Amino acid sequence: MARSQSAALDRKKLMADPIMVTTIVVLITFLTLFILYPLAILLVDSFVGDGGFGFGIFRRIFAMPTFTTAITNTLKVGLLVGVLSAFLGLLFAYVEVYVRVGRLVGGLFKVVSMLPVVSPPFVLSLSMIMLFGKAGIITRFLLGIYDNSVYGFWGIAIVQTLTFFPVCYMMLKGLLKNIDPSLEEAARDMGASRWRVFVSVTLPLMLPGLGNAFLVTFIESIADFANPMLIGGSYDTLATTIYLQITGSYDKPGAAAMAVVLLCITLAMFAVQKYYLERKTAATLTGKASRGRMLIEDKSVKIPLTILCGLAAAFVILMYLCVPIGAFFPTWGYKFFPLTGKWFKLIFTRYHGFQAFWDSFRLSLISAPITALLSMIISYLVVKRNFKSKGFIEAVSMLAMAVPGTVLGVGYIRGFSAGVFRTGFLQGLYGTGLVLIIVFVVRSLPTGTRSGISALRQIDKSIEESAYDMGANSFKVFMTVTLPLIKDSFLSGLVTAFVRSITAISAIILLVTPQFLLITVQINEFAEKGSYSLACAFATILIVITYGAVLLMDLFMKRFGTSKKMKED
Amino acid sequence: MDKIKKGVCLDHISKIYQDPKTGKDFYAVKDTSLTIEPGSFVTLLGPSGCGKTTTLRMIAGFESPDEGEIYLGDEPINTLTPNKRDTAMVFQSYALLPHYNVFDNVAYGLKLRKVPKEEIHDRVMHILDLVELTGMEGRMTNQLSGGQQQRVALARALVIEPSVLLFDEPLSNLDAKLRVSMRTEIRRIQQEVGITAIYVTHDQSEAMALSDQIIIMNKGVVAQIGTPQEIYYHPVNEFVADFIGEANFLRGKLTGVENGLAALDIEGERLTVAAREGMTVGEEHTVVLRPESAMLSDGGGLPCTVELSCFMGSYQNYHVRVGNTMVKLAENDPRNKRIYRVGEKCYLTFAPDAVHVL
Repeated sequence: MARSQSAALDRKKLMADPIMVTTIVVLITFLTLFILYPLAILLVDSFVGDGGFGFGIFRRIFAMPTFTTAITNTLKVGLLVGVLSAFLGLLFAYVEVYVRVGRLVGGLFKVVSMLPVVSPPFVLSLSMIMLFGKAGIITRFLLGIYDNSVYGFWGIAIVQTLTFFPVCYMMLKGLLKNIDPSLEEAARDMGASRWRVFVSVTLPLMLPGLGNAFLVTFIESIADFANPMLIGGSYDTLATTIYLQITGSYDKPGAAAMAVVLLCITLAMFAVQKYYLERKTAATLTGKASRGRMLIEDKSVKIPLTILCGLAAAFVILMYLCVPIGAFFPTWGYKFFPLTGKWFKLIFTRYHGFQAFWDSFRLSLISAPITALLSMIISYLVVKRNFKSKGFIEAVSMLAMAVPGTVLGVGYIRGFSAGVFRTGFLQGLYGTGLVLIIVFVVRSLPTGTRSGISALRQIDKSIEESAYDMGANSFKVFMTVTLPLIKDSFLSGLVTAFVRSITAISAIILLVTPQFLLITVQINEFAEKGSYSLACAFATILIVITYGAVLLMDLFMKRFGTSKKMKED
Repeated sequence: MDKIKKGVCLDHISKIYQDPKTGKDFYAVKDTSLTIEPGSFVTLLGPSGCGKTTTLRMIAGFESPDEGEIYLGDEPINTLTPNKRDTAMVFQSYALLPHYNVFDNVAYGLKLRKVPKEEIHDRVMHILDLVELTGMEGRMTNQLSGGQQQRVALARALVIEPSVLLFDEPLSNLDAKLRVSMRTEIRRIQQEVGITAIYVTHDQSEAMALSDQIIIMNKGVVAQIGTPQEIYYHPVNEFVADFIGEANFLRGKLTGVENGLAALDIEGERLTVAAREGMTVGEEHTVVLRPESAMLSDGGGLPCTVELSCFMGSYQNYHVRVGNTMVKLAENDPRNKRIYRVGEKCYLTFAPDAVHVL
């Protein structure tokens, strides 16, 4: 049996569609050049860097105590953050799905799930320092402790947990909602106590999901650059060590090898998460709950859980509020009144505030629609079309999810500073705004693609087939059927890409040249220098921009969203 | 519609798929040759997994055959993409575009063909009239009932005036009553327009009611092609006989052929049936007996014992045992007939030409 004829025919049919062929070729080129190639060059560099193929460079970096400590540091933090985030996320999710909570607490929950999306990465580190540091409001003014140090292991762990647990919360909430309430009711009916039900029914069903949440946070923690940079102090993680190896020691081959090590760790985690846990989660929790759940009204359960989560949520919100408030204090830690706008004035008059915002805004604004469109095209090809290189496109765009920003940054330095394969080809790219835009696109592509894929999976395949059958070519089908049907997903992808780009730092900080002033880089610089008020002022304006973008999207979706029109009866 | 009608011809078509579990290749459709006459209504009928939908999707162009060539009229169409083929498909899930209203859904194909605006309007309105949806053109598709959505899907396929209309189990999402009325509609419209139609279903009554020709498929292979009567009365094998309607199988040895009548030895009894060509004495044969073709009597025929007797309203349902063989019977309109009770001994009686010998 040979399937050669159908393969040949499918190829011929594909070739009859020039727009589709061009799209595929462009996509493959883009993915290869800007995701695969920078990673490949890291591998090449770390094996052949010092002349001759071998493990020389690896032997050298593993002999560095700073590097080996960084590995253990990173893993220790990641482990703790993963466990804490999964636990906190489960607590929040459980309370939201199972317990009847008041409006206020419900509102707090919503804010908590939103905040990490719209805020720049180091906001929590900043507020941690401002609340609990040497001059922290809580430590120094309320408790009178003058020598508290927030820098180091616990600082990173707490800040990262607070940053990442909302992701776990959202993931686990979705899973808990899928548990059929009659399973738990059956256990109750047979005489199990509420705690027994939780331990013997709910928890086992959630186990793969919890593992999944743990690993996702673990990867995020390992890849995180901004928080360890700000609050790590002398406690270096892999991401910061790689950064220092390049900017401090100018050891590019060494940094490349370190990046390979970091990449291997995240890739392994990612593989376990994607191919083992995600599948298991899907196997245990499929379909929808058959009907609504009886919410827990029992006061002995409700009150402690509500208070616990309410306090935690309030604390997280306080942390986030700290930054905009801090920007209005005359001198943080010494003088709180009268509130002043001088820091804002200062950043615009002395510290090129306008240029920073304009540069960040402009580059993100260009990259957002490219990302959104590209991720929708990839999702369309992956979900709806069949062709040979589809697996490649899907794999590479998912791979980008597991690549830490720092690794990508090093890859771009090694891969493009002297042109592709050091031939000078595309050398003009390096140091331009274009390369920053490309990095923005690559960094936001996986999230966009993932949401696009799940949106498209819900659309019956035959809807597109019918349009195709009516005489539309691939381009027409995509423009008149696919895109309108996933308008909501496209819009939110647009805003997510914009927000992610304007708040990005890890890869960008390695690639940005003095001609571009990016807000995130500015915040990092001022915070490093200890000018927290200026950093806060920058961050506040950034939060206003991102929050504005999200609000705008909500407004837009309510007005023009597809789902609304189709849901009307 | 003054378009030249076209037939469809499948020339030794095969389609190979990979089993996702074992990774082994298998034939979803194997070496199938068919000729569908222009203007005829042909049904592909078979159990799920028999290859009927795959065959239809190969004609539409969504799948590519691994062997053989498909012709639309005289033109080979293997290399054409679905949008270039002169076929239009009505999908099982209707596949209406949810962001368009009824008019725009029907007009979609015409707009792609750059038909002038006024003509689009006229043609859409004419087709909506044909499927009895006049006045609904401004509705969104989710404001329509299942039957109405089905009509829109049909209108959308008809309006572009394809050479061949393809139906992929279009009625399976409707309730039983609507299914019956819609299939009459489909047949009426097909005959009014005079279009070639290929219809996939696993519902035998749908196939009977609609088709000029039925193609029975099993395990990727065509089992029989014929008119509904041919298939019902002269099935070529047990699969076809069993799949279409209900069938009892009586097995026995041929003892003699005389005057167009064949004598068979069944369960130790002599049975006389209409002979067919090519029968040789001493051979084993299977006799197909439809439940409504025989009756119970007090004498003459095969002796049997009643094992089940059940009143069903329009008929009396019997299970009787002939030797070791169970036979199902349906005695129509039992009102004034003698009803046999369970355990009674009686005779299974039928005319020699009421059965079919395989």
